[in-house]
Amino acid sequence: MKKLIQALVALFVVSFLLIFWVDKLNSSQGYSGGNTITVYNWGGYIDPTLIDQFEEETGLTVIYETFDSNEAAMTKIQQGGTSYDVAVPSEYAIEQMVEDDLLYKIDHSKIPNLKNIDERFLDLSFDPGNQYSIPYFWGTVGIAYNPTLLGDREFNSWNDLWADDLRNQILLVDGAREVMGFGLNSLNYSLNDTNKDHLQEAKEKLEDLQPNIKGIVGDEISMLLANGEAAIGVVWSGVAADIMWENEALEYVVPEEGSNLWFDSMVIPKTAKNIDGAHQFINFMLNAEIAAQNTDWVGYSTPNKAAMELLPEETVTDERFYPSPELTAKLEVYENLGKEMLGYYNELYLQFKMHKK
Amino acid sequence: METRSRNLYLIPYVLWIALFVITPILLIVYYSFIDIHGNFSLINYQKFFTPVYLKMTLSSFWYAFLITAFTLIVAYPTAFLLTKTKYKHLWLLLIIVPSWINLLLKAYAFLGIFGTFGFANAMLEVFGIGTKQILFTDFSFIFVSVYIFIPFMILPIFNALDKLNPTFVDASRDLGASGWTTFWKVIVPLTIDGVKSGCQVVFIPALSLFMLTRLIAGNRVITLGTAVEQHFLVTQDWGMGSTIAVFLVIIMAVIMFFTGNRKRGL
Repeated sequence: MKKLIQALVALFVVSFLLIFWVDKLNSSQGYSGGNTITVYNWGGYIDPTLIDQFEEETGLTVIYETFDSNEAAMTKIQQGGTSYDVAVPSEYAIEQMVEDDLLYKIDHSKIPNLKNIDERFLDLSFDPGNQYSIPYFWGTVGIAYNPTLLGDREFNSWNDLWADDLRNQILLVDGAREVMGFGLNSLNYSLNDTNKDHLQEAKEKLEDLQPNIKGIVGDEISMLLANGEAAIGVVWSGVAADIMWENEALEYVVPEEGSNLWFDSMVIPKTAKNIDGAHQFINFMLNAEIAAQNTDWVGYSTPNKAAMELLPEETVTDERFYPSPELTAKLEVYENLGKEMLGYYNELYLQFKMHKK
Repeated sequence: METRSRNLYLIPYVLWIALFVITPILLIVYYSFIDIHGNFSLINYQKFFTPVYLKMTLSSFWYAFLITAFTLIVAYPTAFLLTKTKYKHLWLLLIIVPSWINLLLKAYAFLGIFGTFGFANAMLEVFGIGTKQILFTDFSFIFVSVYIFIPFMILPIFNALDKLNPTFVDASRDLGASGWTTFWKVIVPLTIDGVKSGCQVVFIPALSLFMLTRLIAGNRVITLGTAVEQHFLVTQDWGMGSTIAVFLVIIMAVIMFFTGNRKRGL
């Protein structure tokens, strides 16, 4: 008993000292109160040296946290445990968050660099007038494939994935909207379709794809594809850019039936404590040079016109990542389908996942 | 006086149970009766009894059973051997050390080991078997789960074996029982409690594993845990997620009941 008490006291003292130490460290590095901002972004979605640069320029300290799905991000922002000052969700999540009154309006007078953004990416249907959101990156969903592993075959259509000789070759990204979306696209339906017969049809078609699917995975998909674990992946354009950075053999294509066009935009959640800092951060990210450097590092497509001029010619004319107007016309943005429909999508997606080869 | 001080000691316990055990369970039960629109309804329970969720329950059970069985097969002989070694506590510590490493990290390590160009396939190649798909199969899922759960199975069995009075074994041998008979008639019955608690500690979490199902099994294995995660994070259908959680709690209670020590009844 005596030993136990001694051990407890020792633990208590050690913990206390550690807390004291951390506190000291924090205050010496300036982590306190009004001079920090908490940024909540997708994993691997910013050039880390830019955070240092921002801290140097403004004297603010950035606490950087990441998420791996819009839904997870929304849940965490809604719960309000951490006071995020800037978050970067996608368009349908922003629509939902505006509806749930989770966002502050953005003061455009504090963001002079907004002029750098291409007008094509402003005033879109999910946020008219950009009251709540400022575009960060945009991109598509498509097929990344490794021609050397596949004997130089090409992919132009979603239906090419169903070929008999592709057994166990495909990795899918684990997202209900993405997978159901390309299922619908392959049948020439809209990926915002809410007709239950069409959705059922898409699910059954996807179940037929099961023998070709090796796994349905998360962010580790880029590592797996770069290592040649599988020859084909259905991924976001930026993931494809990442993989091609690692392994030049890979190709990326947006299938001709159309696909998803998405936007990730910067917003200020209602949990924000440092609203001025948040505006400073957003403005900083829109600076032409900063945005160009960030685009170069992240590999997604930038909506920043001024930054595009600074980027190498072959980057901005690469039709895989900056698709031609004809293809862009076929791309669709996810609409917020409402909770019930989203539930139905997920139900079907779950059934598809449970379908054995 | 005595009862009063005893009541005083009860306070932390009661507070803990009320706040962290009873309240969450009540909340889960409450949410399980709420549909997506926030109305009171039984729809979630109705949905649970559709083929999708029943199939998922069955497959969760099946995988949890396999994981527990294989863990037991590895853990019992290991624990037995450990009690016979000279520095048994050191060896035990060495087996427990990997459980201090973060689960996610270990899962990622297995992604590398089991990959097409990983260590496991390189070995198969050396032995002339050739490259096989190991990742994203039932095998890899069960193997990694067993690896992760082994320390939790070994500990209670080790303790039970360690407490076993060696004179019982000597007596059994003196009276002419063979090594095999001694094992089954003396050692196993006296350590069965350790085995039972080991099985509980493994089976119950195995039933709701969710991270490994994606990382190691590439969503080829869908358990109830996966569905709970999806309903809370993706669908935002907390009601359905809670309903599944309620069934998990019920199933666990049943398992505890059947594997518990029912000495009074005997």
